[in-house]
Amino acid sequence: MMLGRLLVPPTVRKGEAFEIKVLVQHPMETGFRRDMNGQSIPLNVVNRVVCRIGGREVFSAELGSGVAANPYLAFFATADAPGEVEVEWTDDRGDRGRVSAAFGLA
Amino acid sequence: MRALAVVLALATGAAAAEIAQPQPLKGGIEFQGADVRALQADAFANPGMLWVARGERLWSQAASGGPSCAACHGDAKRSMHGVSARYPKHDAALGRVVDLEGRINACVTGNQKSAALAPESEPLLSLSAFVASQSAGVPLAASIDGPARATFERGRALYFERQGQFNLACNQCHDRNWGATLLAEKVSQGHPADWPAYRIEWQALGSLQRRLRACYFGVRAELPAFGSDDLVALELYLAARASGLAGSPPGVRK
Repeated sequence: MMLGRLLVPPTVRKGEAFEIKVLVQHPMETGFRRDMNGQSIPLNVVNRVVCRIGGREVFSAELGSGVAANPYLAFFATADAPGEVEVEWTDDRGDRGRVSAAFGLA
Repeated sequence: MRALAVVLALATGAAAAEIAQPQPLKGGIEFQGADVRALQADAFANPGMLWVARGERLWSQAASGGPSCAACHGDAKRSMHGVSARYPKHDAALGRVVDLEGRINACVTGNQKSAALAPESEPLLSLSAFVASQSAGVPLAASIDGPARATFERGRALYFERQGQFNLACNQCHDRNWGATLLAEKVSQGHPADWPAYRIEWQALGSLQRRLRACYFGVRAELPAFGSDDLVALELYLAARASGLAGSPPGVRK
């Protein structure tokens, strides 16, 4: 399980956009680097990030090798009811990560 | 406020008188661009906080051979506040000066009866970043008296010794030419207050020792091994040279 951090306002206004911030710990190996012994380090990047609110997908992104290590994403969403923001991601090795945070309505 | 400043000046006066402190003292972050400064100041976006979060988890996890850190030290917010600002420090039980990573490893092998954590390994950096982050805003106050004296003198000698194919000593850049432009960078005063720090060039968090080795590499000198007496001595000299300067570990650097 990979480590990530998620920042969601504790309360949001109904129907109004609020910012969701995600930080994922990942080396984002490009596949072009070599280790100390000259062996090629295989490509391994977070290839897909999905954000759901109450089970409904509100944002997804496909990342590639051009994204720096420890990707940081910030985006906006709206909600009509209190619930849980859930962010999931997978990398090329099949490792998964998940973070979630609850929010209420102001 | 002025009275407090005088007391502080008296307290640090002994050290300051014999160490050539750059004036005014400027933390490393002040030599960075606006984007890097903003990244360090943002407690969420600062990528070093990933290591802090992992360290916080490790803090309360039982080790393979013994109790967790929290079992003895309790809540790190209280027990570790200001601790890293006093490192490197002479440890009576070990009989030598150790830096924060060295002290953590001594605890891991001694009290937790587990295998020593490798230098620059994820768990060691996470723990040192977590512990150091508890001392954000606390002015550095490493002791160079008593048994730490010899190590301090060794560090000072190293600091003024010309090294490598470029035949450069630390002081030639960091005392005489701080603020000058070196390629695309500003030369800093070389203070350790924000370390361990996330260096964008490394795409990872690294210890002060790794940063010092990068300087050795830069002057084409032979790299001292991680944990070597030379690196610890240099760390102690730098800490004493920066005494009074408050950092905010984990820092961010280009």
